[in-house]
Amino acid sequence: MGTLIEEIFSRKAGRAVQAGEILLLDVDYIMSHDNTTPLAIKAFREIGKPIFDKNRIVLHLDHAYPAPNVLAAENHKRIIEFVKEQELPYFFHQGVCHQVMIEEGFITPGAVVIGADSHSNTYGALGAFGAGLGSTEIAVAWVTGKCWFKVPETIRIELTGRTQPGVYAKDVMIYIAGQLGMDGATYRSVEFGGDYIASLPMNERIVFPNMSTEIGAKCGLIAADDVTIRYLESSTPARGPFEMFGPVNPRYERVVEIDVSTIPPQVACHPDVDNVKPLEQVAGLEVHEVYIGTCTNARYEDIELVAGMLKGKKVNPFTRVIVTPASERIYRRALQNGLIEILLDAGCTVTGTGCGACIGRHGGILAAGERALTTMNRNFIGRMGSPLSEVYLASPATAAATALTGKISDPREILENQ
Amino acid sequence: MSKVWKFGENLNTDEIIPGRFNITIDPLELAKNVFCEIKPEYAKSVQPSDVIVGGQNFGCGSSREHAPIAIKGSQAMCIIAPSYARIFFRNAINIGLPILECPEAAADINEGDDVDVNLATGEIVNHSNGHRYQAQPLPDFVLKIAEAGGIVNFLREHDIQELLA
Ligand code: SF4
Repeated sequence: MGTLIEEIFSRKAGRAVQAGEILLLDVDYIMSHDNTTPLAIKAFREIGKPIFDKNRIVLHLDHAYPAPNVLAAENHKRIIEFVKEQELPYFFHQGVCHQVMIEEGFITPGAVVIGADSHSNTYGALGAFGAGLGSTEIAVAWVTGKCWFKVPETIRIELTGRTQPGVYAKDVMIYIAGQLGMDGATYRSVEFGGDYIASLPMNERIVFPNMSTEIGAKCGLIAADDVTIRYLESSTPARGPFEMFGPVNPRYERVVEIDVSTIPPQVACHPDVDNVKPLEQVAGLEVHEVYIGTCTNARYEDIELVAGMLKGKKVNPFTRVIVTPASERIYRRALQNGLIEILLDAGCTVTGTGCGACIGRHGGILAAGERALTTMNRNFIGRMGSPLSEVYLASPATAAATALTGKISDPREILENQ
Repeated sequence: MSKVWKFGENLNTDEIIPGRFNITIDPLELAKNVFCEIKPEYAKSVQPSDVIVGGQNFGCGSSREHAPIAIKGSQAMCIIAPSYARIFFRNAINIGLPILECPEAAADINEGDDVDVNLATGEIVNHSNGHRYQAQPLPDFVLKIAEAGGIVNFLREHDIQELLA
């Protein structure tokens, strides 16, 4: 009985738990990547105890992969040596960690998955608990199989209606970030529901828990339903029976109701994710780079949408338009279906998979005074390079429209004529 | 008696320790550059047992542990703020840096005030203006981790189950 997070934690704890309680829970998977694993290895050595269950550990190289500098190369080397030494079975360099976690079937409804990455919240799109932690806690979980949690209070976001043409989950989530603010959900579980969420395919759903991090949430959750199960069975190796459950007589700290049919395309402007404006207020602003990538919006459907809008056209020659598919599976499918060729013909640069330009280390770094419009999830100062650069966040459709003109542009005009 | 160093709202991990110094995880090394861009005098003159008072959403930004490690390395006794960014909160607990939540104290205490903090009870006394504040006491398991000097040290000596026992 309770909110979705109380239901998930109660199942794990084997008893009914409520917001405010502190629990020690078994974790199903422990995720870390090239940025955070080296510190975890160090803490692991300091603890000096053996790994509890190597089948629960999943390691990725994605943040700076292939290595753009010697420091990153040293990190990769250390991680690979650790994987061999401990004979860890799950080691990937096939794309952004969160996307690969989902594609490889590690994320199923009711699972408790922790990651040394702040966007581990992403897993909530499949009804799993996912949360980001520091590297020390990852090492603790490696040797104990457990992690402590305070059961959070829940903010329910009830989304109703259907979006207008040209408006996507990303626009709705940016709008929510603007409404709630950067710390609007700190320590809270954010439950996304309502008939709008129910109508969305998995690729669009993922955007909400993914960006729940940006409003400070501990986790962002969507209860598993038929869409979830169909996705798991058709697109991942995970096989049921899956647990299907939702909130039961929940007591919410707060309920936010939003009718999505009233929301026009949105942009989160430099320098904060809650500095949100309707696109028309920033339309025409010059950008030097358009970056379509990351765990937020570089799935197959995103690339398909962008390719559809760019087909037979040319992007602005003075705007660097970079497309980084979130995973190799996505890349391969886009290649097989001719999307990569369309993007190349349009003048885009298509890179290998991974986090790419998202962390400002490689794959499209910004110079001082430059501005990017991107499908990423955060726009901290200096996120993509120079602290004097600016990052604007928007949907893949807005990114495609902007790529054509080199100025922030409304996707609806292009979509209407398509 | 502890001297207060006061900081503003939404203090992010890059303001605590800029990313370019994160090539080490040595607490004392990191402490040399803690707050270097926003309060350079801190690293030079902080005394053990000094107290950091911050605004809401203290420690927002990245999940890197360098920020709380740098503060702990500076030997500050604890942080008092109305609220913390979630991952910073966990990281601080896990490395054994005591953090108290107390909006009244955070609003009322000024830079340079003399305060006394009782970590176990959450009682804060401000000798500069005579005011008293009550923070949420730290839960037992947090005190256990702090006493051990962090969760890594705790686990060397104990089983994880003892945390909540
Ligand atoms: S794509 Fe960006 S936000 Fe996502 S995991 Fe990588 S660095 Fe983090």
